[in-house]
Amino acid sequence: MSGLLKFITCGSVDDGKSTLIGHILYDSKLLYADQEKALELDSKVGSRGGAIDYSLLLDGLMAEREQGITIDVAYRYFTTDKRSFIVADTPGHEEYTRNMAVGASFADLAVILIDAKQGVLVQTRRHARICALMGIRYFVFAVNKMDLVGYDEKRFREIEAQIRELAGELSLSNVTIIPVSATEGDNVTKKSENIPWYTGKALLPYLEDIDITEENEEEGFYMPVQRVCRPDHTFRGFQGQIEAGTIKVGDEITTLPSNETAKVKLIYVGDKESTEAKKGQPVTIQLNREVDVSRGCVLTVASGAKVASSITATLLWMDDEELYKGKNFFFKLGTKTIPGIVTDILYAIDVNTGDKKTVTTLSKNEIAVCKISFADKIVVDTFQNHKTLGEFILIDRVTDMTSACGVVDEVHDEETGLYEGRVDRNVRAAMKGQKAITAVFVDGRNGVNRGFAEDVEKALNLDGRHTYLYAPKEGEDFVTVAEHLNRAGLVVLLLISPKQEKILTDSKIEFTTDWNTDGADVEDAAKFIKKQSVYDGATVNGSEYI
Amino acid sequence: MGELSHLDELEAEAIYIIREVAAECEKPVMLYSIGKDSSVMLHLAMKAFYPEKPPFPFLHVNTTWKFHEMIEFRDRVAKEMGIEMIEYINEEGVKAGINPFDHGSAYTDIMKTQALKQALDKYGFTAAFGGGRRDEEKSRAKERIFSFRNENHAWDPKKQRPEMWKLYNSKIQKNQEVRVFPLSNWTEKDIWQYIKRENIEIPSLYFAKVRPVVYRDGNIIMVDDDRMKLRPGEKIEMKSVRFRTLGCYPLTGGCESTADTLDAIIEETLSAVSSERTTRVIDNEAAGSMERRKREGYF
Repeated sequence: MSGLLKFITCGSVDDGKSTLIGHILYDSKLLYADQEKALELDSKVGSRGGAIDYSLLLDGLMAEREQGITIDVAYRYFTTDKRSFIVADTPGHEEYTRNMAVGASFADLAVILIDAKQGVLVQTRRHARICALMGIRYFVFAVNKMDLVGYDEKRFREIEAQIRELAGELSLSNVTIIPVSATEGDNVTKKSENIPWYTGKALLPYLEDIDITEENEEEGFYMPVQRVCRPDHTFRGFQGQIEAGTIKVGDEITTLPSNETAKVKLIYVGDKESTEAKKGQPVTIQLNREVDVSRGCVLTVASGAKVASSITATLLWMDDEELYKGKNFFFKLGTKTIPGIVTDILYAIDVNTGDKKTVTTLSKNEIAVCKISFADKIVVDTFQNHKTLGEFILIDRVTDMTSACGVVDEVHDEETGLYEGRVDRNVRAAMKGQKAITAVFVDGRNGVNRGFAEDVEKALNLDGRHTYLYAPKEGEDFVTVAEHLNRAGLVVLLLISPKQEKILTDSKIEFTTDWNTDGADVEDAAKFIKKQSVYDGATVNGSEYI
Repeated sequence: MGELSHLDELEAEAIYIIREVAAECEKPVMLYSIGKDSSVMLHLAMKAFYPEKPPFPFLHVNTTWKFHEMIEFRDRVAKEMGIEMIEYINEEGVKAGINPFDHGSAYTDIMKTQALKQALDKYGFTAAFGGGRRDEEKSRAKERIFSFRNENHAWDPKKQRPEMWKLYNSKIQKNQEVRVFPLSNWTEKDIWQYIKRENIEIPSLYFAKVRPVVYRDGNIIMVDDDRMKLRPGEKIEMKSVRFRTLGCYPLTGGCESTADTLDAIIEETLSAVSSERTTRVIDNEAAGSMERRKREGYF
């Protein structure tokens, strides 16, 4: 018997997905008698006037029964002689896209329903896109209501061509297309005599036989650490679930991000000692020497997992509040929870058409490619390479809601240069809600003096800017110092002498100062600096002078 | 090495969830009802942290109307496993003489729902594991694994957090709590097969035995002590019965059965003609009753 198959069904409101699953359960005699009785009873008060309405089996919440639509994911369990199944039945409406994504994130395979009369619709494209985004690699398109088009092969072939085109567009790898009728039971649990021109398997037999392991192989071994087990001072083990590969006693592993090596001394699978363990198992691993490892770290062998503090990722926004660039969150990735910032929204992707568009904010159920910086270096990889290290959620720091989920597209290489700790300069500036710049004041020119600079700083502070008025002494390396202050996220007011100004121009640092004209007043200067230091989400590498 | 079996996968998922809660939540507790699902939960908790003991206590809300055998079983198992078992009784309810015979649904509310809320408040638990499964009831089929309760311990089905992959968000606001269901994806059959595979001890009430019972309102009720008042026309009969769920004896219907081994029980379960909750008297109300009760804070 094969392992568990978790799959999702999606389709728009009238495609009949609840009916399809209801029919599988009913036909396979997988219902308990009292559920069956309740179903017949419910049908009598329902919309189908006496005929069995299979969808009533699945639409559980009272609100849903009243509205006749599926608004949340419902999980159903059934077992045939060949396999155990968990099916997530999900809502098709665009406004419930996030609920569909919940179901998709849980599943290994998607069954997408298409109405034979309608063909591939906008919502079909949306469903396939969300499933692909959440990491599903096996797709079954069930062309439903074949009875209503007279089981016409020509119509089916037209739709098949539309599906192939969509699969190409989304780079879907494993695609199977089956003509069915959920209400009549054609090709649901057994092959239909009404559709002799279809030579493949009926839906349920297909799901019973499919092997979903090959597309999901990942390189190397890795285990994100959930907790450190310390029953007493003699034992220290790392507990977690193996996400890829196998491990044996004696194997040399690398700890990330500390990048130490050690050998595996002992393995428990659950509470049983074992010489080896494999993907999917909950283990406790003891190493032969002390290493710097805690929750959120990763034990690995030849996985190529990276250590970095910034990424480019595709986000699905799920919160009622909008996302704007510069907003900070808690990110949970693997077993690591860490503060971080969405530093930029590069572009949004239309969930229906796939078109890219420029946006400044993101609303519920929208998808966008964003740049993200974390407050520290973490173990991360692309979703494609190592799924568990490439999927994450964003948690709102005030409401604690799960605001978004995302998948890592790119891991950014580390910057080189001045030492700045492990917090990205852009994170520091964004947390202060500003862009870190240096504004140059040349003492004694055009009415600018120390008092003027002090007044400007005070005005900026009253306006919420985090500033530092820096008047270097003769001989100080003020260019480096100002750079450090910028990296700390501060707006620097650099008050220098005309002699020091020459050092700036020799360093080829250009700056223009609007207030260096006769009659400039404090208010104008503060206003100008405030405007120049607005946080715009762009990633800054060096200091900017004005 | 081959694929994991489906029981292995369910076990791994549950252990992952239990460890996440222990690692992230401030003050977790595992609810323990003495039933078979609780026995599986306890077993999983012992496995999840081995060689350490579970780093949280267990809580039994005692209505004072449980089968006597359940309480003996609870105390013995807690001692053998070396875990901390907290018992909570709603003493006000006891003083007021609240009982299942005279007070019907008010009894369930006061001695179970209210008692649980009181216990959670008393100890300040921020996360409570429950053994609920999604295959038990329609509204439960839509509940998240990490299910949030507001300051009144109530569930709001419209405000469920999206739960992606296995990235559980355990963060809560002040006075909120989270109920966690590691067995969400198990079925009754999985529970029995796992009990067998792992050789988990369960109370003998699950096994058929000749017991003193009365037939009442279509249910078979065991006479567990002399607090059970017979109605006119009722008589105590000796019948071979077993229980598919365990709770308060006056509210737990048994079924006539001769299944006295685990294999026989599994055999009976697999060919069952009624799903298990029909023997729980309170669920046989109008459609949606469980959802309503959960919104009020019932587990």
